[in-house]
Amino acid sequence: MNYVSETIWLAIGTFLALLGAAFAHDSLFQAHMWVLFFTLLISTILLMRRISFTPPTPAQIAAKQSEYFDEVIRYGTVATMFWGIVGFLVGVVIALQLAFPDLNIEPWFNFGRMRPLHTSGVIFAFGGNALLATSFYVVQRTCRARLFGGNLAWFVFWGYQLFIIMAATGYLLGITQSREYAEPEWYVDIWLTIVWVAYLVVFLGTIIKRREPHIYVANWFYLGFIVTIAMLHVVNNLAIPASFLGVKSYSAFSGVQDALTQWWYGHNAVGFFLTAGFLGMMYYFIPKQVNRPVYSYRLSIIHFWALIFMYIWAGPHHLHYTALPDWAQTLGMVFSIMLWMPSWGGMINGLMTLSGAWDKIRTDPIVRMMIMAVAFYGMATFEGPMMSIKAVNSLSHYTDWTIGHVHSGALGWNGLITFGALYFMVPKLWNRERLYSVRMVNWHFWLATLGIVVYAAVMWVAGVQQGLMWREYDDQGFLVYSFAETVAAMLPYYVLRAIGGGLYLAGALIMAFNITMTILGHQRDEAPIGGSLPKAPSKSPALQPAE
Amino acid sequence: MADQLTPNGHIDEVSGVETTGHEWDGIRELNNPMPRWWVLCFYATIIWAIGYCVLYPAWPLINDATRGVLGFSSRAEFAADMNAAKVAQSAVVEKITASSLQEIAADPQLSQFATAAGAAAFRVNCTPCHGSGAAGGQGYPNLNDNDWLWGGNLDQIYQTVAHGIRDPADPETRISEMPAFADMLKPNEVREIAAYVVSLTGTPRDPAMATPGKQLFADNCASCHGEKAEGNRDMGAPDLADAIWLKVDGEAGIARQILAPRHGVMPAWNARLGDVAVKQLAVYIHSLGGGE
Repeated sequence: MNYVSETIWLAIGTFLALLGAAFAHDSLFQAHMWVLFFTLLISTILLMRRISFTPPTPAQIAAKQSEYFDEVIRYGTVATMFWGIVGFLVGVVIALQLAFPDLNIEPWFNFGRMRPLHTSGVIFAFGGNALLATSFYVVQRTCRARLFGGNLAWFVFWGYQLFIIMAATGYLLGITQSREYAEPEWYVDIWLTIVWVAYLVVFLGTIIKRREPHIYVANWFYLGFIVTIAMLHVVNNLAIPASFLGVKSYSAFSGVQDALTQWWYGHNAVGFFLTAGFLGMMYYFIPKQVNRPVYSYRLSIIHFWALIFMYIWAGPHHLHYTALPDWAQTLGMVFSIMLWMPSWGGMINGLMTLSGAWDKIRTDPIVRMMIMAVAFYGMATFEGPMMSIKAVNSLSHYTDWTIGHVHSGALGWNGLITFGALYFMVPKLWNRERLYSVRMVNWHFWLATLGIVVYAAVMWVAGVQQGLMWREYDDQGFLVYSFAETVAAMLPYYVLRAIGGGLYLAGALIMAFNITMTILGHQRDEAPIGGSLPKAPSKSPALQPAE
Repeated sequence: MADQLTPNGHIDEVSGVETTGHEWDGIRELNNPMPRWWVLCFYATIIWAIGYCVLYPAWPLINDATRGVLGFSSRAEFAADMNAAKVAQSAVVEKITASSLQEIAADPQLSQFATAAGAAAFRVNCTPCHGSGAAGGQGYPNLNDNDWLWGGNLDQIYQTVAHGIRDPADPETRISEMPAFADMLKPNEVREIAAYVVSLTGTPRDPAMATPGKQLFADNCASCHGEKAEGNRDMGAPDLADAIWLKVDGEAGIARQILAPRHGVMPAWNARLGDVAVKQLAVYIHSLGGGE
């Protein structure tokens, strides 16, 4: 492949990063530009080594055009796995930092900087790469068309990795605009916008040139996710940079309007990134893995539009009992309640797709993982509307209950459905007969499930206790506990939470080993899962008694 | 799958349900109706939402929003809650406002209320430095013992809480400053004084160090800390003979404090919490065990 123009563009970028470092307005921007410079420099050198000046033959071009563009998906699969491990590991570290504050290492590795590293690491690096890889996989196969835009998909993939590196290093350096899940500063936001538009072009272009008469439901969800995230990202990050070579920027909004914009974004990051996108994953990989039709087309169309329409209004429930006007709080709450059934529509369609094949939960650990993901999705989307009710929220808000809720959704739904999709895709992407080990998938399933149950249950107890302690008055009307006492009371829960997270990380490490061995082409010699191969031929026919 | 053709497409042989007739990468879609319970629940949440919007403030208008039939306002509700709490306590609070600290302490009802109120205020405002059990820590005095820097009767405690210690914003704040002796004493003299001070607490020290230290102490330190190092509450000079050390640990630490003393700051709470709360705090702290 000929990479001349790509290399030139990268070299120009490297030079601009060097200029940015040289003329930086502040030392943080300078440090960040050095990070960018060395990242781009290494990329340029690596790319230069791959330049080929032999023009491809027409036959090669034709062969390329006739097959699916899967190389970028293979990279995306590995990136998903890598960032997943990083994100989970940082999660365990910050859980331990909360339990044992001595683990805060100033200044780069204290909780304040590590926490966005964890959240962005798991949502945008792990989840984002999973969405990129699976959306490219699904859209090609359900449209019977190669990805639109040629090497643009490579730009999307590598551009997104650069965004992750810039965001992560920025957090550790202390660069943040203090907007939850949107911490990167203005120049990283602009870069993500460019990458995201390219993503939209690739995805939409592929849909437009499809060779199927209709657009498959998974692609509705992926497209809804891509379009809405573009809108959310741009509006929430509207800001004026204090200088063009400095890190600092000021939001275009102020006061409660700023808070509402942030939570309109924050809640829909959950709704469109972590829900719509992953529902797209569910709608392809569950029917494929269980080999059954989707349960109800009518349900999918109604719950899709209801979900898209309702989610966008639910953000104000993050600002109950604040300076936000009462009418906005009401709307946030009622739309969250109405969102309950649209969310469950996806759960029903996912679960009921198994009708006629329920035995696969017993015999196929990958199906088990996917179904557990859908079950956690159902639980989290019941808990969410419940917590948006003002009376419940007055107890749950600001407590660890919220953290438990988020993780039952994130670890249970997003994590498990992604693992299921990876286990499905990897043997096909690398042309392997099967995974290295199906039994290891079973181990992964149980470690992850146990980890989530420990995590969520502990955080429920912790959160409810915290909320009750904060609001406990004695009969004379005085507060019973100091805030410091409510913090001290959390210690056992924080330790247990770290253990739950550790179990989940252990499961992910098993997956990383399993997938690596699969990619390397090994197959573990193991007994099949009971009942999974009813008609398996006997391995040693010679030993059978002669008739 | 064995295709059984229908006008739309084919029938799934496992469930016997018709599909929509499309197929993507082997995936078909059944044409099942939406579950009835799902549709009914969805309608129910919509009806509930409409009802809630009628009852509560909900829809934005040009200058205002719909107020709702119930006339609910979270600000009004909060104000009513706070007012109810205030009213419930008002009779006792009025008495406390009008009474002296001694009168409060003498009245069982007032002192019980003031102690509870002081404890609540202490938990919110004082525990970050003095600890939830008021046992203090290095640099932060223990309030349970009878070792007081500025005095331990009700009025003295009140004065300390109300105006703080070395609070630059309060003209009535308690102020004292131990000079740094680094320029006045030789290093070995500092060590001798430190040895003497340690010997006061009953710890045997090398007389060759402690004996000259005694004279140096009398010349340099006794004017504030007293002849017997018993301290002076008028100037907040600590008792050095009681083996309670606020800022230092061991002889080397005492020497460092002589060379370059550190001085703690406590904020004045009167402006922040009001006179009644400060009174209640004084009563509570006085009740902890060291009150005089």
